[in-house]
Amino acid sequence: MKFAVKKGWSNGRARSGVLQLGSCPFPIQTPALLLTTRKGLPPFTSPDLLTSSLPSPDSHLLQFSPLHFLEGISPKTISNIGGLHQMLSLHQHIFAAVPRDSIIALPEHDSTNKYGASFQTPGGRLLIKPAEYVELVSSMKPDFWVTLADEVPAWVSNKRNRTSVDRTLRWLDDCLSLNKESTTIFGSIVGGSSIEERHRCAQEVAQRNVSGYWIGGFGLGESMDERAALLTAVTDNLPEDMPRHVSGLGLPEEVLQGVAAGIDLFDSTYVYHLTLGGFALTFPLERNKGENADYQLSDSGGDGMKINLKATVYRKDTSPIVESCICFTCQNHTKAYLNHLFNVHEMLAQTLLEIHNTHHYLGFFCSIRKAIEEGKFEQFRRNFVESRRDRLFAAASSA
Amino acid sequence: MALKFEVLGRFNRARAAQLTLPHYLCQTPLFMPVGTQGTIKGLTKNQLEEIGCQIILGNTYHLALRPTSELIDELGGLHKFMNWPRALLTDSGGFQMVSLLHLADITEKGVTFQSPVDGKPMLLTPEESIQIQNRIGADIIMALDDVVRTTITGPRIEEAMYRTLRWIDRCIAAHKRPNEQNLFGIVQGGLDPVLRDICVRGLVERNLPGYAIGGLAGGEDKDSFWRVVAQCTAALPEDKPRYVMGVGYPLDIVVCSALGADMYDCVYPTRTARFGTALVPEGVLKLKHQAMANDIRPIDPMCECMVCKNYTRAYIHCLVTKDAMGSQLLSYHNLYYMMKLSRDLHSSIVEGRFPEFVCKFLQTMFPKGDVPEWVCNAMEVAGIDISSCCREMRFDVDKSSTL
Repeated sequence: MKFAVKKGWSNGRARSGVLQLGSCPFPIQTPALLLTTRKGLPPFTSPDLLTSSLPSPDSHLLQFSPLHFLEGISPKTISNIGGLHQMLSLHQHIFAAVPRDSIIALPEHDSTNKYGASFQTPGGRLLIKPAEYVELVSSMKPDFWVTLADEVPAWVSNKRNRTSVDRTLRWLDDCLSLNKESTTIFGSIVGGSSIEERHRCAQEVAQRNVSGYWIGGFGLGESMDERAALLTAVTDNLPEDMPRHVSGLGLPEEVLQGVAAGIDLFDSTYVYHLTLGGFALTFPLERNKGENADYQLSDSGGDGMKINLKATVYRKDTSPIVESCICFTCQNHTKAYLNHLFNVHEMLAQTLLEIHNTHHYLGFFCSIRKAIEEGKFEQFRRNFVESRRDRLFAAASSA
Repeated sequence: MALKFEVLGRFNRARAAQLTLPHYLCQTPLFMPVGTQGTIKGLTKNQLEEIGCQIILGNTYHLALRPTSELIDELGGLHKFMNWPRALLTDSGGFQMVSLLHLADITEKGVTFQSPVDGKPMLLTPEESIQIQNRIGADIIMALDDVVRTTITGPRIEEAMYRTLRWIDRCIAAHKRPNEQNLFGIVQGGLDPVLRDICVRGLVERNLPGYAIGGLAGGEDKDSFWRVVAQCTAALPEDKPRYVMGVGYPLDIVVCSALGADMYDCVYPTRTARFGTALVPEGVLKLKHQAMANDIRPIDPMCECMVCKNYTRAYIHCLVTKDAMGSQLLSYHNLYYMMKLSRDLHSSIVEGRFPEFVCKFLQTMFPKGDVPEWVCNAMEVAGIDISSCCREMRFDVDKSSTL
């Protein structure tokens, strides 16, 4: 793996970088989004559509949880097939193994103990030990993987929080020593909502021989306000030229907060949850301040960021979700058709919507990168947050 | 009439043809996947085109309910609404009513039922069915028929057959777009050859663009099934398409094609995909079975579809019944299989190797030579020698003249 921060293109802590990883022939520009998957494939977008209808190489970064594979297919079979890339037939994609995902592998801090990390999955509660985890990961051969962590939510006791840092560090060392083949490993950093613990954990992990850092324990109930300081407590203690990956920061404002703290990679279930609910992203990707003023809101059933395709107002709307969007869905289908598909609970609704939402959100990341490179990131962030507030206000007052 | 039907090749009763519809140039024999509510479960229009789908079926009953035929009409018709550039066929709505609704009742006026939305009594007449289908705008529309299951016996069958003939005239009168949409009549009459004959004659007199054989695929025994198909295909005009409704299994399609049918529809391939079953030349493959968990072969090593070229049985096994993606991938494969079967039927007839194709098909599906008796009997009537596939020849003496 090769990662480099582009010199001269930082705005405060926000930075622009390039990531090059084995399978993917194209370099990935950061900050970047990792797409959520179930057993390696997006929840609703089949692999042929993934490669044909989403931008490249932006859509080549995929996050998966090895725990998804614990029932249904054995590590030995995955090995026999030849690993994840072969099994999913996505040879030019980058797979990042992160045990936790916010949909079907949620950390259960109450059941985690000194032996292993506990997760709540549809198949029940799972306790996974470092040795088992490393075995799973080596059968899959992802492009990079994060070490097993004990993630705790913001409200646990100081004692519990300290234990989580100690455990995570111990498991990090276990994973490193069990790692027979030289694979790319990101060291996990936790610390809950304690600045000191975050600080301590980051410093410890920075001393280990890893290729990057995964920052966990966010998106588990802490408020956005307290998060900023916690993020910088971590990133300020990490070497500048190594990639930082965070899970659990999904909303656009949270991503912006993460970028401002110096994060390079984000995995998020935002698109998944929007898609399930029938929400389509519509916020403008171009940063023209002027257009915020006359944003049409009346009965759109939306809030300026997204629209609810199930709303009856779209029954006869023959326009695409976003007029200027070049995704497959907007180029081929209308809001009226999508409204119908949602109303009759057809699977195609989610497929088409996931394609659009993914495309749109990848576009958002593209805008972020552009803003950093133009030295205007803070302004971009401010504009975004303010115009969102304006639109919400306008929507509320016209309701 | 808004179609052209040109036979390009034959083998005895079997024929391969070019069917030109307003939206697409089709090749028969062909299978039509069912896209009940304006979509085939989980597959995009591009994927359907890639698979080779030519005509897709829409269910009038479902579409009339949501989003309503008036809305579809206002937005330019179903083709535009779905953005499907090829052909569409809608059924009359009658079958769903009878099969889905508990209190449906058929009278001379039409089908009376309780609206599933608000429980109000409603009536679907032949006129109303045609009007709804006119608004939806499919290339082929179906007459409202009085359909009874073949497992029923008695005077009801005769009543239904004569009513179907009376209703076809009302359908014809109500049809406002004969230059853009083709109205097919449906032959009823249960399993009774006399009734079937009367119905065929009655429909042929009306000189419709095409004819369907209805009332089958509802639980009758296979021996009765093929005989009705054989009788109807023998009596229906040569130069018009013949559509066997609700068929079905690949084996049934091969037999009916040998007997001279051209078009088929069934929910089977997509429905069985959602239960984790894949269609393969040997029959079916149940991906849910534990044996699949470690099987790293593709579903069908000979299949050229995206799923078989990229995925193993083991991976699909871990998806099926748990993730929507499993259904999507299996639906893709199953439809690909059906469309490949359609293409093979067409090309083998055109290229003069239809009997060889049939033999190979049966040998693969019945490697022990245990071809079912009804298939042997049907093939004999179709004039196809399948002795190489059967362990023992069976002789059926009953070859009445109507066959």
